Amino acid sequence: MTHADSDAPASDETTAAAASEPVPPAEQRTPRRASAWQTIWVTVLAFVTALAIGAILIAISDQATRDAASYFFSWPWDTFTNAGHAIANAYTALFEGAIFNPKIAASGTLNGYLGPISETLVNATPLIVGGLSVGLAFRAGLFNIGGQGQIIMGAVFAGFVGFHWQMPAGLHVLAGIAAGMVGGAIWGGIAGWLKARTGAHEVITTIMLNYIAYYLLLYLLSVKGFQAPPYGQAISNPVDQNAQLFPLFGDTMRVHAGLIISLIAAVVVWWLLKYSTLGFRLRAVGANQFAARTAGMKVERSYVTVMLIAGALCGLAGVSQILGTNTQITQDIDAGIGFDAITVALLGRANPVGIVFAGLLFGALHAGGSQMQTYTPIDLVQVIQALIVLFIAAPAVIRAIFRMKASGAGVGAELAKGWNG
Amino acid sequence: MSTQAAPVREEDVVVQHEVVDANRSIRLRLGRAAAFLVVGAITIAFVALKITAGADSELTFGKAFGNQLQLVLPGRPVALALGVLILLIGAWQAVRGFGRRTMPWAVFATFLAFMVAFLCWVSVRGTASLDIVGLLQNSIALAVPLILGALAGVLCERSGVINIAIEGQMLSGAWAGAIVGSVVGSYYGLLAAMVAGALLGVLLAVFSIKYLVNQVVLGVVLNVLALGLTGFLYDAFMQPNAETLNQPAVLGEIDIPGLSSIPVIGPLLFQANIVVYLAYILIIVIDVALFRTRWGLRTRAVGEHPKAADTVGIRVLAVRYRNVILGGAVAGLGGAYFTIGSVGGFAKNITSGNGFIALAALIFGRWSPIGAVGASLLFGFASALNVMLSITVPLIPSNFLAMLPYLATIFAVAGLVGKVRAPAADGEPYVK
Repeated sequence: MTHADSDAPASDETTAAAASEPVPPAEQRTPRRASAWQTIWVTVLAFVTALAIGAILIAISDQATRDAASYFFSWPWDTFTNAGHAIANAYTALFEGAIFNPKIAASGTLNGYLGPISETLVNATPLIVGGLSVGLAFRAGLFNIGGQGQIIMGAVFAGFVGFHWQMPAGLHVLAGIAAGMVGGAIWGGIAGWLKARTGAHEVITTIMLNYIAYYLLLYLLSVKGFQAPPYGQAISNPVDQNAQLFPLFGDTMRVHAGLIISLIAAVVVWWLLKYSTLGFRLRAVGANQFAARTAGMKVERSYVTVMLIAGALCGLAGVSQILGTNTQITQDIDAGIGFDAITVALLGRANPVGIVFAGLLFGALHAGGSQMQTYTPIDLVQVIQALIVLFIAAPAVIRAIFRMKASGAGVGAELAKGWNG
Repeated sequence: MSTQAAPVREEDVVVQHEVVDANRSIRLRLGRAAAFLVVGAITIAFVALKITAGADSELTFGKAFGNQLQLVLPGRPVALALGVLILLIGAWQAVRGFGRRTMPWAVFATFLAFMVAFLCWVSVRGTASLDIVGLLQNSIALAVPLILGALAGVLCERSGVINIAIEGQMLSGAWAGAIVGSVVGSYYGLLAAMVAGALLGVLLAVFSIKYLVNQVVLGVVLNVLALGLTGFLYDAFMQPNAETLNQPAVLGEIDIPGLSSIPVIGPLLFQANIVVYLAYILIIVIDVALFRTRWGLRTRAVGEHPKAADTVGIRVLAVRYRNVILGGAVAGLGGAYFTIGSVGGFAKNITSGNGFIALAALIFGRWSPIGAVGASLLFGFASALNVMLSITVPLIPSNFLAMLPYLATIFAVAGLVGKVRAPAADGEPYVK
């Protein structure tokens, strides 16, 4: 792929970082990784572009704008002002829901100032661990679509320990967390074991395990002992007070200690990938399984190991859902995190630091989205989320739009391989 | 984005050596034999012996005959005989082993024997009477969108582009079919569904072929995009104006004259709407075209070894563009089946993961059209069985029945299919 635009003169300040060094002709340049700054620029511009496309959708969905558009050619300004209002309203609500809301801050309470941030963090907590799970599997050459099932199993195990066992305060939480990790690890481990043992493709097995976990959950929610009395609704017993993750900013805000667990998990995964022998082995298998095998690594064993760890991480997402955010298991306890985690991992380029920021960004979008609902359908958040990842995955598109120079591999270029591994 | 001028990669020049483990084939043979024997033992112990001795099983063939055609079997002996048959298949596998050609038939026979024994059990007189033709009819109805989705995957992946976006293409097809079907008419809706699927196909093609985006990533993202976009547009337009925008007429049933009056087969295959017939045509056309025509040869060449194909003058990228967009249209057609092909209106996430099942069927069927269709039919049958049993037979908790198709897939993929081989260049962008 040659870059037709790479020799064009720098047209705006966005290219300053790239243009500061002399650029040899495209043919002579060696391919190199994008610099950190450029990565950030592309991410920001992808976000802006996605928001711009979202703005068009908001305008189209706004009734007043459409009414004004019917006389667009005789008096076009109404269309623009109405569209502007609709877009401003929606994005203001998005910001107020996710970062800071001057209206509730006026009350002067801590909750008023930090409430929106707390919502962002609550949403980000499971997305970060889920993203770590998918990202780690990517690095080892596996595509873990099984987040949903692993989260469900994590929540079921953690929830069961939470409401069925009686233990002292500190110990109970730890037992719940451990149980959740075990639950997720079992579910992920099955897929890894099947791949190692029989070669069954993990994309198929994890998708199937998602459905199995879902129906298992539905069954459990109809069993006495698991289901909450009076047994009319498909909802589990509430988790014991002792087993709940404590709130971080006091009882008025929902953000809970699960966030700390997520960040610890990020550090552990970062260390694992960067410094440990196991991480080196996983990355080697992910980069080229044949070379890894030739070098004497046990490829099959690494499949099992990575799926166990990935499952345990998703199990932690389930823990955060059931011991932190909610107290009772319902049939949508996974809340779509298993699939959102894939986009988080991709946005974070399967890199633990990136995943934390990506999780925070998507957490903010989710938190703001529920606030935005009064103006425009919440599914817009999903569209924006998809567009961001799409543009980041194809930096060439963003560079073409904003006339940026230079190169660098897009996200995922070195992550998931094709079906043949 | 890489500026690498695709150097000769290692896998192009190194012939892959494989160490043949002599014991492995024996272990494999005995392992498979054990699988057959286990199924046979289950058939006898958990199915046949559960049937009350002397009770009759009633199997009904089709409401079309006023339930006239009934098969009354002595349940227990029949099920026992079928169990023994499976055990014999297992024994043969242990002693002689089935070959590459006969193995699928052995599996199919085992499956059939187990199913008939199972149906004998659940249809013991007095508990329930099962309509076999109705069951098969439902299987086909549930399988049609899967077949179309899997065929879309065949088109894309045989030319070397991974298509995980089948779900998104089907969803957008379902949406476009419903809205255009409501405004203009159902047949235009069908066309719109294909166009919508093809548009997502265009996105998949441009981003994967021109911008070299990782195709697995891209597919996932396109699914999210389609889910978000259809949900957004549904909330913004279709839900508030449901009477005008979300009430398409369901495609009418067309009876093929002559064929539709054949007993059993007629109501099963030839009393359906146009999507089903289009699916029949596509199955045959794609299978023949892929293996018997110049287009098919080029497609397979591009999917297996694009460089070689390029060397002999095949325009690799053009072939890929064409196939991916065509595949999108086929998946869109499959999506239309969810709205104007069956229930009419659109609802959020109406495809509910069927695109992923189609993907599994594609892999299960080893990237061949006929294999994919077979796998889709299996999924369709399992779902139909689940629907029927959850209504008529309260013996097993319905949630466990609902797991059956997915459990069966895991067993099939792990036990029988094992390591499948995708087209060699599947997922790898081609750079000259």
